[in-house]
Amino acid sequence: MSDKSEILGDIIARHHHREGPLLPILNDVQAELGCVDAESEALIAKGLNISRADVHGAVSFYHDYLPAPDARPHVQICRAEACKARGVEKLIDKASTAAGERVRISTVYCLGLCSAGPAARTGDDLHIRLDEQAITNLVENA
Amino acid sequence: MTLVRISDDALARAGGADKLAAAFEKKGCEVHRTSSWGMHWLEPLVDVDGEGFGPATLDDVDAILDGTSDKSIGVIEDHPFIATQTRITFKRAGKTRPLSLEDYEATGGWAGLKRARQIGPEKIVEEVKHSGLRGRGGAGFPTGIKWDTVMKAEGPQKYIVCNADEGDSGTFADRMAMEGDPFALIEGMTIAGEAVGANQGYIYLRSEYPDAIRKLTAALELCADIIAPFRCEVRVGAGAYVCGEETSLLNSLEGKRGEVRAKPPLPALEGFLGRPTVVNNVLSLQAVPHILTEGGADEYKDAGLGRSRGTMPIQLAGNIKHGGLYEVGFGVTLDELVNKVGGGTASGRPVKAVQVGGPLGAYIHPDQFDIKFDYEEYTNAEALIGHGGVTVFDDSTDMLEMARFAMEFCSVESCGKCTPCRIGAVRGVEIIDRIQAGGRKRDRIELAPQMHNAPKDKGRDAGDEIGLLTDLCETMKFGSLCALGGFTPYPVMSALRQWPEDFTRNPELVEQALPETAS
Repeated sequence: MSDKSEILGDIIARHHHREGPLLPILNDVQAELGCVDAESEALIAKGLNISRADVHGAVSFYHDYLPAPDARPHVQICRAEACKARGVEKLIDKASTAAGERVRISTVYCLGLCSAGPAARTGDDLHIRLDEQAITNLVENA
Repeated sequence: MTLVRISDDALARAGGADKLAAAFEKKGCEVHRTSSWGMHWLEPLVDVDGEGFGPATLDDVDAILDGTSDKSIGVIEDHPFIATQTRITFKRAGKTRPLSLEDYEATGGWAGLKRARQIGPEKIVEEVKHSGLRGRGGAGFPTGIKWDTVMKAEGPQKYIVCNADEGDSGTFADRMAMEGDPFALIEGMTIAGEAVGANQGYIYLRSEYPDAIRKLTAALELCADIIAPFRCEVRVGAGAYVCGEETSLLNSLEGKRGEVRAKPPLPALEGFLGRPTVVNNVLSLQAVPHILTEGGADEYKDAGLGRSRGTMPIQLAGNIKHGGLYEVGFGVTLDELVNKVGGGTASGRPVKAVQVGGPLGAYIHPDQFDIKFDYEEYTNAEALIGHGGVTVFDDSTDMLEMARFAMEFCSVESCGKCTPCRIGAVRGVEIIDRIQAGGRKRDRIELAPQMHNAPKDKGRDAGDEIGLLTDLCETMKFGSLCALGGFTPYPVMSALRQWPEDFTRNPELVEQALPETAS
């Protein structure tokens, strides 16, 4: 508990002076704690002197923030038009089977690799030209 | 020592460029990590004294060095994909190291800024107006006029905001520009700051582009003294597509929900924190340094067609053989882009449809491939250029699925501010599902005697549902606050109109249901 409020205190202090500090704070909280939960929301609200509703409104709007941590490895697969045109939909079953409960698979709309899809992202690593074998390997080694 | 150039663009890295570079270094070569030429089907592309080899793998290293590789594409600059382009915004692509100030200066960097500082605000705005530059984000609003408005606005503080939230599928020019030539973007923003009297800039960058975030942050540190007193920082988004809409982006930047604001007031007058703000797309700002060099505005203006002046970095994506970045003056036809430059589909099957302008752009039938790349020409054809993404689909594509996806995408990404988009998109998915199922029967509740206002007929057939979809699309198009809800009807209706056979076994139903003006 004290650990968490210390981390949050650090993050808030880091960005407090900026114009529009909330998103930089939330990004850091998500990165360092793996989620932005109700407790963090309350502390951030207090730190910035805004209401909890203001913080929760923002947190719940954006896809990147999770309400609870998910420790599983995370594979983001692009399923937007360009990757669909290159056959990503045929790979989804394979990816889900390979993932099981161990890996978290999520959909992302566009990684900007549209000429060489299907594309996926794990952490800050990007992967292109995925076929059934490649996506299975990717998920299994995630 | 052999000098080898390998791109450090995200796409090349995803293709294994890092390992390749390490392998060449191990062989005793000097390796420069440059930006990407934009020939994505050849990435990772290895450049040895101007000769290209690609797509290269670790097994090719020895053969490339002893000159026996069969992956040579000849001199890169003479390759037809490159030789037929007019590269202004991407003039450094493939040639320089993105984070090298030395390379940037040696290729004319900062010349535009130096001249801008000499000629002063009024003259800068005049030159940008003269160049005919229009916003490259999609709306095509003249950049010079926007700057003029902000220049004349009163405010204690003004801002330059770069919209780098490139979420459209099939587009990657912003990403390549930011990763490949970050100083040019910063220079463009600094010039904008000089013009309108702003000393603070923000680059709103999407979280899906980790490489661009890293490079721009590093570039800003390196050139802080050069651009001073202008200051600039990178702000990272959090995965909301709608934040690419300028007012939504401003709300997000302020730390609020990324909801769209009603206009007026224009962001130029009341933007970030209610102060005068220039919001420009990456490509618009990236074109500015060149325009501000001696004679640059004229040169820029001379490329292009009609009221669309200059060059457009077009992105060839999806199921295309030769995908990548193709910068050319306006006026090029789709046939040239898809069939000549792009070489047709990657799968080798016939082209069925091409979507221009990202997820909100219309699907264009091969019959219409003589359409010229031009803002007005596309508008007249009920289509849009958007951010210049061209996504190719082969004949295995089900257009009903694509129309459904357009609605689904809108429902996932809608900010929720206006009703036509928030609710219409969900209803759109449901209607398309019912079209697929051939209509719907009255359900038990509708047939109950208590529901005396509910019709008790046989229900709606596919034709009725298509009528409903058309009606819904009209409502979304004219009733939505921003382009997300307002343009989602483009892909849906263009798919319905041109591929009715994908929607129903009885295509005449579509013709009957469509309003006459639309056909």
